[in-house]
Amino acid sequence: MSDNNIDKRDWQTHPPYVHLDYKSTTFRGPQKPLIPIKHSLSELSVPAFGQGQMHEHDNDLTINGRVDGEPIGERIIVSGRVLDEYSRPQSGILLEIWQANAAGRYIHKADQHDAPIDPNFLGGGRCVTDENGHYKFTTIKPGAYPWGNHYNAWRPIHIHFSLFGMSLASRLITQMYFPGDPLLKLDPIYNSTPDVKARERMVSSLSMDTGIADIALGYEFDIVLRGLSATPMEQ
Amino acid sequence: MSDNKLKQTPSQTIGPFFSYALTPEQSDYNFKSIVSPEMITPETPGEHIHICGSIFDGNGDVIKDAMIEIWQADDQGHYLDRDTPPSSEVFTGFGRCDAEVNSGFYFNTVKPGSIGVGHAPHINMIVFMRGMLTHAYTRVYFSDEMKANEKDEVFVSVPADRRKSIIAIRNEDNGKVTYQFDLRMQGDNETVFFDV
Ligand SMILES: [Fe+3]
Repeated sequence: MSDNNIDKRDWQTHPPYVHLDYKSTTFRGPQKPLIPIKHSLSELSVPAFGQGQMHEHDNDLTINGRVDGEPIGERIIVSGRVLDEYSRPQSGILLEIWQANAAGRYIHKADQHDAPIDPNFLGGGRCVTDENGHYKFTTIKPGAYPWGNHYNAWRPIHIHFSLFGMSLASRLITQMYFPGDPLLKLDPIYNSTPDVKARERMVSSLSMDTGIADIALGYEFDIVLRGLSATPMEQ
Repeated sequence: MSDNKLKQTPSQTIGPFFSYALTPEQSDYNFKSIVSPEMITPETPGEHIHICGSIFDGNGDVIKDAMIEIWQADDQGHYLDRDTPPSSEVFTGFGRCDAEVNSGFYFNTVKPGSIGVGHAPHINMIVFMRGMLTHAYTRVYFSDEMKANEKDEVFVSVPADRRKSIIAIRNEDNGKVTYQFDLRMQGDNETVFFDV
């Protein structure tokens, strides 16, 4: 394990710690340079999460928050593959998701947005990728919501994703966006990546093959994590 | 060839509203947790320790909408890596804490053993919060292991005047071992974060 290398965090892809358009980063993001680290088992190992820890309906958000009926909103199926940079499927990877309801309201106690809570929607879920790196969730399309960053600031619709890869170094928290959302170009969080092209890798695509006919539209979202290279690094 | 490689998916902030999905039971939501800050049972081998701390922003204010994760070896210096089948009876070495609940984080765990020559006992820590677009990695070293720390490659790679920011301070009270480890996101005493 410790003979392996892992590709570096791509700092053209990942946002900087301080990004002035996203105001809270200015007093929360570390300002001193990161200290380089020689990887050991500490960075190259990762906890094991398995199907055995999943509960029934963890991957179906249209069911796991039901109290007395169905959640309101547009039913969607979000699926995709988790790969590393060498296009290898990442199997047995834990994905956790969370999101607002169809009205743009989170169930979280601190969400003050004046939009209705859906008593039958929690908005949290999880699954583990299969042997081909595939994952799939059934959920409700979230709504846009305002946030206090600047005057009349609205987040584009998004689903939050948390993933563990094959090492601690490949840990990722990201957001999946929806194609054609006019709020994307106005959003400081979406636009925080240095490489403009990197943003597009967070936008899902509509897929008529991955939904269920007459029941739910499908959106596909592939995720690329840092990969362990089994061969010595090229010179 | 690097040209054929896929590009990484960008990191984005965890935002303020993660806890009902990522730390639901600790944060009192009606959803089952699969991880927690309580990493041990009374039977877990090793020295049982409590690690706690606050997170401070550049203004010196306490940050509460943050999540801290730790990953560590067991008391023998072994990581329970992916190859080890998960079991709730077994110490996994992984913990997660919502900093909202107690205005800071804590973990009940065991003191890790050294993972090998040239490695002082340490815990890997990942910091996520609203207002941070990419997570930050740090390490927790122990104040009662200074001899080992000074032989640790990573520890000594940190400029000497910044090392104290990654040393957890040991306190013993009635047999209970507590380590204090505060995080400072900015300022003169900014915590050392690594480019993992
Ligand atoms: Fe959000």
